[in-house]
Amino acid sequence: MVSDVEAPVRGTTSSGLSRQRLLMAAGLVVLLALPLFVPRYWVFFAGLLGINIIATHGLNIMMGYTGLLSLGHAAFLGVGAYTVALAQIHLGLPFWLAIPLAGVSAAIVGVGFGLPSLRIRGLYLVIATLAAQFILNFVFVHWQSVTNGDVGLTVQPASVFGFPLNNETRVYYLILAVTVFMTVFGMNVINSRVGRAFVAIRERDLTAQVLGVEIVGYKLIAFALGSFYAGIAGGLLAYFNRFVNPEQFGLLLSVFFLSAVIVGGMGSMLGAVLGAVFMTLLPEALREGALAVGTTIGFDMATILVPLRETVFGLLIVCFLILEPRGLAHLWKRLRQRSHHPGG
Amino acid sequence: MNAFHFFIEYSIVGIASGGVYALIALGIVVIFKSSQTFNFAMGEMMMLSAYLFYTAAVTFSLGILAGMVAALLGSIVLALVIERVALRPMMGRPFIAIVMVTFGIGSIIRGVVGMIWGPNDLQIPAILARTPVLIGDFFIPGKTARAAAIAVCIVLALILYLRYSRAGVALRAAAADTITAASMGIDVRRVVAFTWVIAAITGCISGVLMANVNTLTPHLGVVALNVLAVIILGGMNSIGGVLVAGVIIGWLEAVTGLILGTEFREITPYILALLVLLVRPTGLFGSRGIERI
Repeated sequence: MVSDVEAPVRGTTSSGLSRQRLLMAAGLVVLLALPLFVPRYWVFFAGLLGINIIATHGLNIMMGYTGLLSLGHAAFLGVGAYTVALAQIHLGLPFWLAIPLAGVSAAIVGVGFGLPSLRIRGLYLVIATLAAQFILNFVFVHWQSVTNGDVGLTVQPASVFGFPLNNETRVYYLILAVTVFMTVFGMNVINSRVGRAFVAIRERDLTAQVLGVEIVGYKLIAFALGSFYAGIAGGLLAYFNRFVNPEQFGLLLSVFFLSAVIVGGMGSMLGAVLGAVFMTLLPEALREGALAVGTTIGFDMATILVPLRETVFGLLIVCFLILEPRGLAHLWKRLRQRSHHPGG
Repeated sequence: MNAFHFFIEYSIVGIASGGVYALIALGIVVIFKSSQTFNFAMGEMMMLSAYLFYTAAVTFSLGILAGMVAALLGSIVLALVIERVALRPMMGRPFIAIVMVTFGIGSIIRGVVGMIWGPNDLQIPAILARTPVLIGDFFIPGKTARAAAIAVCIVLALILYLRYSRAGVALRAAAADTITAASMGIDVRRVVAFTWVIAAITGCISGVLMANVNTLTPHLGVVALNVLAVIILGGMNSIGGVLVAGVIIGWLEAVTGLILGTEFREITPYILALLVLLVRPTGLFGSRGIERI
């Protein structure tokens, strides 16, 4: 079985590594200063982007690194979001407790659904996660007394020492901090013994087992970790939107994250970031483009925006899988190589 | 006595709707047998076929018979295009990549249908008579009963065809061992394309039947996701198993709808699928050994 994805690449040379560090530090400064020089609308987007990056990292750890496909990622975000809302309403937990709790509860629910099929090879996990998507969404809608049904729950802004994070700029900093932390954490996991075990399982599970990798244990870790990321992202989303309802966590959102991982490049941390950026900006670009086309040809495109989005998500999944399975991360790498060796 | 009567009546209706599920499931199983491709786009193919029928029969006013023929032809062409353009290049790739491709195709079809026909319900011309069927003193809604009768007849015919025809033998050979089958002169690619044609036919008929019993909406395809759960129960690669599994799912949906409330119908197949995964992952009739690791 030839795999579609690349093994993680360690930093090549020490000078390359320090340059990379420098670039990262510069990027961080830009991100910290971002709200000072871009319009509020873009700050809003940057916040949403951070949340999507965290969720995409989660799916990438499961799917890209370990080969565990999940079609229910959105529902696990939902578990995190509802955890935050309920913890705030009933327990009054502050955000720094509620967000980790959101991750843990999503991980527990995820493992609950994944456990039976993680023991078996093949398609069963896909069905189990699809079941999770529908069953959890059903619970969000119909467990009226807890989730308030279709109406959903209102979430108060997170507050730091009594200082409420009640606008996009303030909550942006919270999201930025968590996103950076989760990305660094993910990179460390991937470069550790655990991450190498994930890749070994994806490439050749039997060989991995012969070499002493506890397959079921590590699959469970990967699945729990991916769901944990989804839960964290969902928790942040609750503070970001300040409300939680079932509609936010439908199958389309699961397809969205699937596209993000595939477009970015499975099994690449950079890919997850690129994919999330691409997919977050895409619906906006589509809307602007469609409306512009609509006004020129005199047709109201607003009615077809949702199906248009669905079509484009699907096209991206299919085209990238067939034509460029290593995704934007690979294109990016090729581009850089070309710029390093002009004419090469 | 009265409650019992109700229960039986619901059971019969449920079993009847299971017939259509079996037809959808058959389309998924034949493709899975030939190429180990689990077709997540089956529901969308089915829904699109129903829209093709609507367009041919109503918009172009071809009438029911010509409309059906046009829908069948359109579905077959579409299935062949999907197979050739999207799935053949994926041969030999990891199965999760293939699953994602079919999932993506489903998303494309859903979106395109939404763009062309819009989100509202459409009323397709009534093919099936409304007059209820009486079995003893049990009432069955006419459309459901007739849809089930048609579906079961087609499923049985296809099962017999796949059992005794040359094409069926080639399919089983390819399913048992692709490389040996190819070396014995069986054109495996043609077998795969053939199973996509079968899936297009079963999808088209089940789509039109479903749209007749309910209404035609872009959500029609979701039913096939329920059927995925059926296939887990029936055993992924058992052609005969789909009939039994379809009937069981239809019955369970109806009965849980009666006992717990109709909203529970939609998740019954998934809960059942999780239970099957827990207890007996091969399903009822699956022959392939489950690889535990």
